[in-house]
Amino acid sequence: MAAAPDHAPKYAQLPLSDKIGRAMPLLLVPVLVLLGFLSIGSTSSWLTLTVSGLAMGMMIFIMASGLTLVFGLMDVINFGHGAFISVGAYVGISALLALEGWTGVPSLMLNVAAVLAAVIAAMCVTGALGWGFERVIVRPVYGAHLKQILVTVGGLIVIEQMIHVLWGPDEIYITRPEMLKGAVTFAGAAIEKYRLLAVVFGLALFIAMRLVLKRTKIGLIVRAGVQNGEMVQALGYRLRLVFIGVFVTGSALAGLGGVMWGLYQEVITAGMGEEMMILVFIVVIIGGLGSVEGAFIGALMVGLLQNYVAFLEPKLALISNIALMTAILMWRPQGMMPVVKAK
Amino acid sequence: MLTKLLSGDRPRSLILSFVLLAILAGLALAPFLFPGVRSLETAARICIFIVLVASYDLLLGYSGIVSFAHTMFFGLGAYGVALASTHMGRGYDALAVGTIAGAVAAAVLALLIGLFSLRVRAIFFAMITLAVASAVAVLVSQLSGLTGGEDGLNYSIPRELTPAFRLGTLFGVSITGKLLNYYLVFFASLMLFLLLLRVVNSPFGRVLQAIRENDFRAEAIGYRVVLYRTLATCLSAAVAAIAGSLFAIWLRYVGPDTTLSFEIMLDILLMVVIGGMGTMYGAVIGATIFVLAQNYLQNLMGVASGATEGLPLIPQLLDPDRWLLWLGVLFILSVYFFPTGIVGRLRSED
Repeated sequence: MAAAPDHAPKYAQLPLSDKIGRAMPLLLVPVLVLLGFLSIGSTSSWLTLTVSGLAMGMMIFIMASGLTLVFGLMDVINFGHGAFISVGAYVGISALLALEGWTGVPSLMLNVAAVLAAVIAAMCVTGALGWGFERVIVRPVYGAHLKQILVTVGGLIVIEQMIHVLWGPDEIYITRPEMLKGAVTFAGAAIEKYRLLAVVFGLALFIAMRLVLKRTKIGLIVRAGVQNGEMVQALGYRLRLVFIGVFVTGSALAGLGGVMWGLYQEVITAGMGEEMMILVFIVVIIGGLGSVEGAFIGALMVGLLQNYVAFLEPKLALISNIALMTAILMWRPQGMMPVVKAK
Repeated sequence: MLTKLLSGDRPRSLILSFVLLAILAGLALAPFLFPGVRSLETAARICIFIVLVASYDLLLGYSGIVSFAHTMFFGLGAYGVALASTHMGRGYDALAVGTIAGAVAAAVLALLIGLFSLRVRAIFFAMITLAVASAVAVLVSQLSGLTGGEDGLNYSIPRELTPAFRLGTLFGVSITGKLLNYYLVFFASLMLFLLLLRVVNSPFGRVLQAIRENDFRAEAIGYRVVLYRTLATCLSAAVAAIAGSLFAIWLRYVGPDTTLSFEIMLDILLMVVIGGMGTMYGAVIGATIFVLAQNYLQNLMGVASGATEGLPLIPQLLDPDRWLLWLGVLFILSVYFFPTGIVGRLRSED
C-alpha cells in the first residue's frame, strides 16, 4: 500500500506592502504625537497635553473594550453600555465618599486601598447589572439588530433614570484621595499624578487583556468565536456561556472606566455615560468593530487629538473627533483593524 | 378619489379608519372644537410630530435603518427659518428661504453621513448618527453668536401669522393670525403626510421594504441597495427639516432643548414604536397618543406623587421629572410585546 503523500503546508510570506498596511494603524499614534509636538512648539505644554491625552485615551479604551468584544462575539450592539459607566461611577464614588476616613489622610496605603475598594464595588455592581441586562434586555432580541438598538436604548434610559431616583437629580462633586492630588514636575511640565496613574493602569489592563486573549484557552475561544462562532460551537464549546462572561466582564470594565473618569473629572452626573458613549462609539468604529487592538489605538488617538485641539483651537475640539472618524472611514471604511470574519 | 389620495394604502381596519377620521376631524376643526391656547398648541404639536414621526418611519419602519440624527435634521429646518427671519427681517421670503435652505442642508448632510456609513454596515449608521447629532447639538449651544446658544432665538414672522392680526369672529371663535398659522401648519402637515404615503406606496417604497426584509436578496435581484438606502435617508431628512421649519414658524422661537435634544429623539422613537413601525398610519396614532399623554399625563404623575408622599421610593418614582423612566419601560415593553404597534394590532384583528 502506497504511503499517503507527504503533506507539507507552507505559509506564504505576506508581501511587504501588506505588512506595512497592517502596521499602519500602529504608526498613527506616534505620528499624531509628533504632529502635536510640531504644532504646539513648547515642550512642557506638549508633555502635559500628551500625558492627559493618553490618560483620557486609556480610560476610553477601558470603557470601549467590552463593547467591541461583545459585538465581535455575538453581533450584539449594546447602546446601553453607557449606563454601566454612569452606574459604575455612582457606586464607586459613593464608596469613596463612605470611606472618607481612608481618603482624607495622606497615606498612600490607605488611599490606594480606598480606591481599590471603590473599584471593586463598582465592578461587582456593574458586572451583576450587566448579567441582568443580558438576561432581561438583550437575550430576547438576538439576531435582530433593529430591535437590539431600540431595546438597549430603552435600557439606557431606564437605568439612567433609576440613578436619578436613587441618588437624586444633582451632580455629585468629589475630591481625589490626598496622595493622588497635585502634580509632579518633569522637564518643566506639570503632570497630574492621577493622570500618570491612569496611564499606567490602563496600559497594564491592556497588556493583561492581550495576554488573556492571546495566551489562554478562554482567550483562544473568544478570538475563535469572533472569527467564526458557528465553527466554535460545532467543536463543542458553549459559546453562549463565553459570551455571557464577556458581556459581564465588559460591563464591569465599563464600571471601572466610570470610576476612573469620575475621579478624573471630579464630578459625576447621570448623563456622563451617555456623553462617554459618543466617544466610545467613535473609538469602536474607527478601530474596527470587534477589534480590541483597534479600539486601543483608536482610543489613544481620540484622547490625544481632543487634548491637542482643545489647546490649539478650543472651538474645534468638539468636532475634531468627528473629523478624525471621517478621515479614518475614508481611508478604511471598515475601521482601522477590521475583524476578519470567516463566513 | 379617496383611495388615490391615500395612494391605495387604505387603513384596512374598521376601528383604525374611525380613529384616523376622528383624529383628522379633530385636528381640522381643533380651533373650533377645543377653543383655548393650550389645546391649539397641542393640536399644532400633534400635526408637526405626525410629519416628523412619519418621516422617521420611512427610515426605521420601511427601510430598517436606525438613525439617531432625526432631531438634528428637525433642528436644521427650525434654525433655517429662525436664522433667515433674524437676518432677512420678517417676511414670507425669509420663511421660504429658511425652509428650503434647511431642507437642502439636511439632505446634503444626510447624504454625507449615508455615504460614510451605509456603504459598510447599516449598524454603523446608528452609531455615527448618534455621534454626529450630539456633536451638532453641542456645536449649536456653543456657537452662541450665531444660534443664540442655550437661550435660542426669538424672531418675528409676518404679521398675518401672529395673534396680533384680527379678522373678526366665527362661531364664537375670534379669527386671529394664530389661527391662520395653525391652518398653515395643518395643511402643510397634511400634504407632507400624503406625500410620504405616496412615497412608501410607490415602487421606490416597495424596494425599500424588500431591502428591509432581505438586503442581500434585493441586491441580487439588481437593486442598488446603498443607493436606495441613501435616497431614503436624504428624503426623510428633508421632510424632517420641513417639519422643523413648520415648528419654528408656529413657535416663533427655536432653542436646543425644543428642537435638538436627545429627549425629542426618544419621543420620536417611542411614537413610531407605539403607533406601529412600517405603516404611515402608525405615525398618526403614535404622535397623537403620545403628545396628548405628554401634555396631560405629567400632571397626573404629579398628583400621584403627592398622594403617595410618605411611602419610601414611590414618590420619587412617580415624580413628574421621572416621566422618561416610564417612557423607557413602556418603550422596552412595546418593542418586545407589540412590535407591530397599535396599527398592527388593529389590522390583525379584522
